[in-house]
Amino acid sequence: MREVDVAVIEATVAELSMEANYNLGDDVYQAFKMAFSAETSPVGKRVLAQLIENAEIAREEQVPLCQDTGYAVIFVELGQDVRLVGGDLYVAINEGVRKGYVDGYLRKSIVSDPLRRLNTMDNTPAVIHLELVPGDRVKLTIAPKGGGSENMSAIKMLNPADSTKGVVDFVVEAISKAGSNPCPPVVIGIGIGGTFEKVAYLAKKALLREIGSVNADPFYAELEREILTKVNKLGIGPQGYGGRTTALAAFIETYPAHIASLPAAVNLNCHAARHKERVI
Amino acid sequence: MSVRKISAPLSDEDVLMLHAGDNVLISGVIYTGRDAAHEKLFKLVEEGELLPVDFSGQMIYYVSPSPAKPGKVIGSAGPTTSGRMDVYTPALLAQGLKACIGKGGRSQAVKDALVKYKAVYLAATGGAAALLAKTVCQAEVLVYAELGAEAIYRLVVENFPATVVNDVYGNDLYEEGRKRYATND
Repeated sequence: MREVDVAVIEATVAELSMEANYNLGDDVYQAFKMAFSAETSPVGKRVLAQLIENAEIAREEQVPLCQDTGYAVIFVELGQDVRLVGGDLYVAINEGVRKGYVDGYLRKSIVSDPLRRLNTMDNTPAVIHLELVPGDRVKLTIAPKGGGSENMSAIKMLNPADSTKGVVDFVVEAISKAGSNPCPPVVIGIGIGGTFEKVAYLAKKALLREIGSVNADPFYAELEREILTKVNKLGIGPQGYGGRTTALAAFIETYPAHIASLPAAVNLNCHAARHKERVI
Repeated sequence: MSVRKISAPLSDEDVLMLHAGDNVLISGVIYTGRDAAHEKLFKLVEEGELLPVDFSGQMIYYVSPSPAKPGKVIGSAGPTTSGRMDVYTPALLAQGLKACIGKGGRSQAVKDALVKYKAVYLAATGGAAALLAKTVCQAEVLVYAELGAEAIYRLVVENFPATVVNDVYGNDLYEEGRKRYATND
């Protein structure tokens, strides 16, 4: 058993919280540049130019790309040959979030209760997804998630007879309805299969993929292309002012389904598609 | 594309010059306010009380910035989704508010109120918060300090970039832009 002190996890979460909010991934930055060249709408081009400049300012000055520094969604892949020492894993992760958001001048956007709505003032708790994997490493991924795009996400229990077309129509309709609200150009995370709760998780997880990466399954790689093309024909464009660039990428994650079910979920990420990972 | 420079206070004539799709650069004073502040203001209007800010001719920006780093005037400060303010907006327009700044579509009731009270809805680029913060020269909490980042701030901005989405003529850039670029093939 390899021992990992949770203090290391805490410090890593704090650093990743800041890094993710200040430094846009190069894949997204390059996608802005490609979109800028391809966009035919003048007002859309102006928006993309602002997004490129915004990412540069945030990186240079180490300030948040977006004032909504998000819900801290944290994925932990815990190697089963790791023995955690020094305290409680969940406490350490939340302590890391608190440190990262307070010391990093990130906005505190979490209320302690969904209906009574009192701000926790330190952006805790995080949403933590823990997965046990083979090996003796701990992989931490933080994906700060803004409210505007999260609110436009959707889930639907389709019938198996709805098939591929049903899924495509559902995804395109969700983005069409979202319009300008999720801060397009968006990244589309799509979950297909599993159960009601599993499919939402898959959609979220899909957002962690790098823009430009191709689905390992050629069938789904083709479906991702088809959805992206359809979405970009909607005309919503950057910020919804009209244009060709409504989405930068569509990513699909799947899981086996029940003979009676075809669950589908769409989780939208705004153009500030933030995620940073580190392996301990 | 025309770029117009605007500053508060805005008159009816100023607003009549603005058309959906125009780019504007705002300088001077703007007030911030989002969900919680709107709820408080709305309650005061309903109760017939005086508002803590005289909004006549003014602009309100839907934002709650991230904390300012030492030496900075303000943290990152991009717009939040305007739709959540829809229920409160017509009442503020009736009080003389001339422009609201946010992102995302508005309800028909808000669009109608913009026409009725001669006011405009402007959008700033959502997520371009580091860039927008650079246009803010001064920031001070005016009222509702207890709301933290949701307090009403008085900002002084210089060349804050925004786009006219809904004008006094009933035009909507989101609807028109989308129609123009949608393809069915």
